[in-house]
Amino acid sequence: MTRAWISLLAIVAIAVALVGAPVAQPKEVVVGVLYPMSGNAAQVGIDCVNAVKLAADIVNANHDLNMPLAKGEGLPGLGGAKIRVVVVDHQGKPDLGQAEAERLLTQEKVHALFGAYFSGVTQTIAQVAERNGVPHLNAESSSPALTERGLKWFFRTSPHDGHFSQAMFDFMRDLEKRRSVKIKSVAIMHEATQFGSDSAKVQEELARKAGYEVATKITYRDKATNLDAEVGKLKAANADVLLPSSYTNDAILFVRTAKNLDYNPKLLIAQNAGWTDPTFLKEMGKDAEGHITRAPFALDMAAKKPMISQVNELFKKTGGRDISDAPARAFTGFITLADAINRAQSTDPEAIRKALVATNIPADQLIMPWTGVKFDEKGQNSGVRAILQQAQNGKYVTIYPFELAAADAVYPLPAWKDRK
Amino acid sequence: MTLELVLQGVVGGLLMGLVYALIAAGLSLIFGLMEIVNFAHGEFLMLAMFASFWAWALWRLDPLVSLPLTALLLGVLGWATYHGVVRFILDAPMLAQIFATFGLAVFLRSGAQALWGADFHLVKDPLVQGRVTVAGVFIGLPQLVASAGALVAFGLLYWFITRTETGLALQATAQDRQAASLMGIDTQWMFALGWAIGGACVGVAGGLLATFFYVFPDVGASFALLAYVAVALGGFGNVPATLAGGVVVGLVEVLGGLLFDPSLKLIGVFALYLLVVLWRPQGLFGRF
Repeated sequence: MTRAWISLLAIVAIAVALVGAPVAQPKEVVVGVLYPMSGNAAQVGIDCVNAVKLAADIVNANHDLNMPLAKGEGLPGLGGAKIRVVVVDHQGKPDLGQAEAERLLTQEKVHALFGAYFSGVTQTIAQVAERNGVPHLNAESSSPALTERGLKWFFRTSPHDGHFSQAMFDFMRDLEKRRSVKIKSVAIMHEATQFGSDSAKVQEELARKAGYEVATKITYRDKATNLDAEVGKLKAANADVLLPSSYTNDAILFVRTAKNLDYNPKLLIAQNAGWTDPTFLKEMGKDAEGHITRAPFALDMAAKKPMISQVNELFKKTGGRDISDAPARAFTGFITLADAINRAQSTDPEAIRKALVATNIPADQLIMPWTGVKFDEKGQNSGVRAILQQAQNGKYVTIYPFELAAADAVYPLPAWKDRK
Repeated sequence: MTLELVLQGVVGGLLMGLVYALIAAGLSLIFGLMEIVNFAHGEFLMLAMFASFWAWALWRLDPLVSLPLTALLLGVLGWATYHGVVRFILDAPMLAQIFATFGLAVFLRSGAQALWGADFHLVKDPLVQGRVTVAGVFIGLPQLVASAGALVAFGLLYWFITRTETGLALQATAQDRQAASLMGIDTQWMFALGWAIGGACVGVAGGLLATFFYVFPDVGASFALLAYVAVALGGFGNVPATLAGGVVVGLVEVLGGLLFDPSLKLIGVFALYLLVVLWRPQGLFGRF
């Protein structure tokens, strides 16, 4: 009986293999997607993965949206091939990101790599891609150094902290002119991984160039259990403007500590990350009132770009909440990658790379406030534009550049006792 | 660097240090009792904080109000951990003991994320909030209450292990398991009790912490690390000295950050830890 079953199974298996082999090559394109899905930034990572899955679904199924590959099913350039994503969790650890990228290339045979939020992790993955000659598209890591290393296989759709910080200093200048106020000094506070360190470095340079005194520069660990010393130092330095580069949990702890120790600069302009995590505003409420953050994406621009609401509705079905900055960038990056693979008409790495170089997505096909997606010789999108948003009445509204602004900037920050 | 700032640092470090100490107390107690390091201790803290958060989110119970409940819950968890896991590895090689509690830690952390998501949560509008100013030094009321609560919990713990018969039996078991057994002490029961008390301590710490610190599945890891240092400074198994160990960690952390550079503050803590481990392995206050 058992023997009969085994032989039957064997026959079935062979039959499936024989019949399946030619048919079971529905050409598919496999993309390895790396995000932190556990650890401190798990929620951001999960949101980004949901955005990537949504982007893949928009490519694979028919959607009536004005963006590349939305209409029709699959990639027409590859005879309707579907995109499959293999999602892995790198836990925010650079070494794990590297190992997982290797595994994706050798075991999962992915055609391209995508990710990975943390600049420090993105860097190790970019090196794996470079060594193996596989395209790596990054949508949200903001360390300027990533595209300054002359990597051949690395592409970034998002602005980096050089662009963002430039916008901050432009804003300060313009604010000084408009309101005839005087800003003299800035304090820089940053978490110690690559994101924070590189952001602080570029801010220090820009401050010097713009003629602002850097009163203090403070480095801290994002997993800190106590920020009393950091806030104490900031208070002592008493700079006009605070420029923090923080992830979510440390941003929450910082604001609580600042409130506790009565530290309040005239302006707080954050380098995204923690400040644009939807959780931050939800949990901090009034305590974050008046805080400014740079943002590459703004939900309040939906009035000018209806596609933002359309994508947001789709995102809410899987993501369970409004699409925010990081997932919106992940979404845009993934569509860009799919568009390039489609134009490459092949899964050959070199063909995809060439297609990425030739990318040209116009502004009206994006949910971002950019002028388009077009890569320069370093692999950096040159169509980026940074905007600044301020928390007003519990919501982020765009305040800069002034021509895109939905509201006037509140200056200076309200005192703690007035934020009830 | 003004005197005021240093004073602020001392007060902040002292308050936080007392909370570190209470977290470390359970760890130290369990180690002293059976020489097992509970690597899931940080996750116990995380569960305590989540328990407080959910009590607030679902029934609007302030973490301070639900504190006895949290302590009881974590006590039961400690007791269950002993009977479900630790009992089987009492005489196992050290590596197996490490893997057992470490595995439990991973299980609890992933379980919390699967159940409640990876997001950060805060208890909003806690019963005690705001701050007072004493001689130009800001003291956060939640922190003040938390450290006072930690001191009370420590006092109770100290009274229990030194003044009650059960507490003395606990100490006897820690000193010599076999002799205690011969004297008619049910050592299994003592071990389970140790885990329950250790759990309750971290339950109180978690409840107090939840009044001002964010809650998420990974929150325990950073605190547990500092708790291990506090235990080592005080001397493994020496519960009262853990109090001093925790305070030293809190003070070194804040003052190191203020006087030198914030990025170096943990270096001070761990440098002290290494010094103690190398030159006074019995801890600053321990006796061998």
